Amino acid sequence: MERMTFDLASSSLTEMNTFLHKGLEEGDKRHISVLNPDGAHNIAVGLNHPVTVEIHGHAGYYAGGMNKHARVVIHGSAGTGVAENMMSGSVHVKGFASNGAGATAHGGLLVIDGDAGLRCGISLKGGDIVVGGSVGSFSGFMAQAGHMVICGDAGDALGDSLYEAVIYLRGNVKSLGADAQFEDMTDADYATLAELLSKAGMDHDPKSFKRIASARTLYHWNADANQEY
Amino acid sequence: MCGIVGLLVKTPALKERLGELMVPMLIGMTERGPDSAGLAVFGDSLAENSRKLSLYSGLTDDGADFNWHGLTHALKEHLDVDAHIDVKHNHAVLSFAVSPELVKRWLRENHPKLHILSTGRTIDLYKDIGTPAQVADRYDFKSMKGSHLVGHTRMATESAVTPDRAHPFTAGEDFCLVHNGSLSNPNSIRRKLTPAGIHFETDNDTEAACRFLEWRLREGDDLEVALQKGFDELDGFFTFLMGTPDKLALIRDPFACKPAVVAETDDYVAIASEFRSLAHLPGVKHANVFEPAPEEMYVWNA
Repeated sequence: MERMTFDLASSSLTEMNTFLHKGLEEGDKRHISVLNPDGAHNIAVGLNHPVTVEIHGHAGYYAGGMNKHARVVIHGSAGTGVAENMMSGSVHVKGFASNGAGATAHGGLLVIDGDAGLRCGISLKGGDIVVGGSVGSFSGFMAQAGHMVICGDAGDALGDSLYEAVIYLRGNVKSLGADAQFEDMTDADYATLAELLSKAGMDHDPKSFKRIASARTLYHWNADANQEY
Repeated sequence: MCGIVGLLVKTPALKERLGELMVPMLIGMTERGPDSAGLAVFGDSLAENSRKLSLYSGLTDDGADFNWHGLTHALKEHLDVDAHIDVKHNHAVLSFAVSPELVKRWLRENHPKLHILSTGRTIDLYKDIGTPAQVADRYDFKSMKGSHLVGHTRMATESAVTPDRAHPFTAGEDFCLVHNGSLSNPNSIRRKLTPAGIHFETDNDTEAACRFLEWRLREGDDLEVALQKGFDELDGFFTFLMGTPDKLALIRDPFACKPAVVAETDDYVAIASEFRSLAHLPGVKHANVFEPAPEEMYVWNA
């Protein structure tokens, strides 16, 4: 398989992103290494082909954002909005991720080996997120579809105003958000969770996780609630 | 948006290279703060009865042509004060061995447009409008020496783009603060502090936070207690980085609305809004890089 390297210490980010958008052919499976990312924003954003992009170092904001088909691996940490609005493919952060990781992702798999910051998986729309460490407050806010697997702990207001996304939590939560509740795990949950853990390369026992989902009390306007929720 | 940077060196030899290591950090934050920049450097302390003032002449009629040596002669003539002056463009550090209040009162009466940027025994302060690269060049930031520093690049949102509204802000002696974010209750903080005799020099929201925290320290709170009161009283978005003669301190608001990242090695602790300002530092590839948690206190000793 063809391999390419872009060293961002000596070539521009625009040059690399232009190649990733215009230089690849349909179904291209090339392996691309990115050296010295040095926290640059918008690395490997909006990819449309099944290439593998390995980023060797710390990435800035929006790395792997809007990804489709590609596999993006970050050998370092990721800034705000990693894999935001991902459509398919995968993004794997070997270090920690900052705020808003996987926000609004429609599909694909985001794996974060370390901790994720606040608002991880906010407004998730069908993607899957597996976090090896802990997540910050307001994670899973208004998440509509897809799964979040949290192997560590969660901050405040986890799953606030959830729709149909499901959260599996192994550690402790500081507080659940409005309308989020613990539910019993079903066989289907164990199967889904085992598959996600396996894809993420994490070997926790699915039995050690709890399920959090929407109580669906906010789905309809309740005129009798007297504005007290 | 704004950019913050901080650097504290643990290895004594690196004190000589403090400014040189910092300049790329400051320039790395240009996109976050292109309109003004500033820097507070903490170096060797003056003798106990000595003080220094960082002064800015850019708002006087003479600007960068201000007659600094005329100023020291006048201080000798009127107050019998032997002052030493170290001039960099429209900034100067004035040092002397009398009460700083005596000198400051004289300056306010005789040179009302001369802006007093800082007072203390260890702090030197520079700030002005312009890109970070221009400001760093104007005052030769790369030659700065010391144990730690606090820097800022500004993209103004809450008050006008003027040199006195650039960061760092100072209050009292040897205390400075830079801010990325915006406060929602600076006016109620001002109303609270004004009756205590605290005077504000600008309409900037960050000045309210700076004077609030310095007031708590002066009232006897230790840094941790003062910062906890800051969490209780200051509402809005903030990453604050503060400097004292022997410490750097960092806090982020409970919603972590404004970024910060830290890289620590055996030789230094470096703080910036984003990693791209840390990427050039020696040994950073093997540094412990982490994101400070919201509503936590981080204090590093020089």
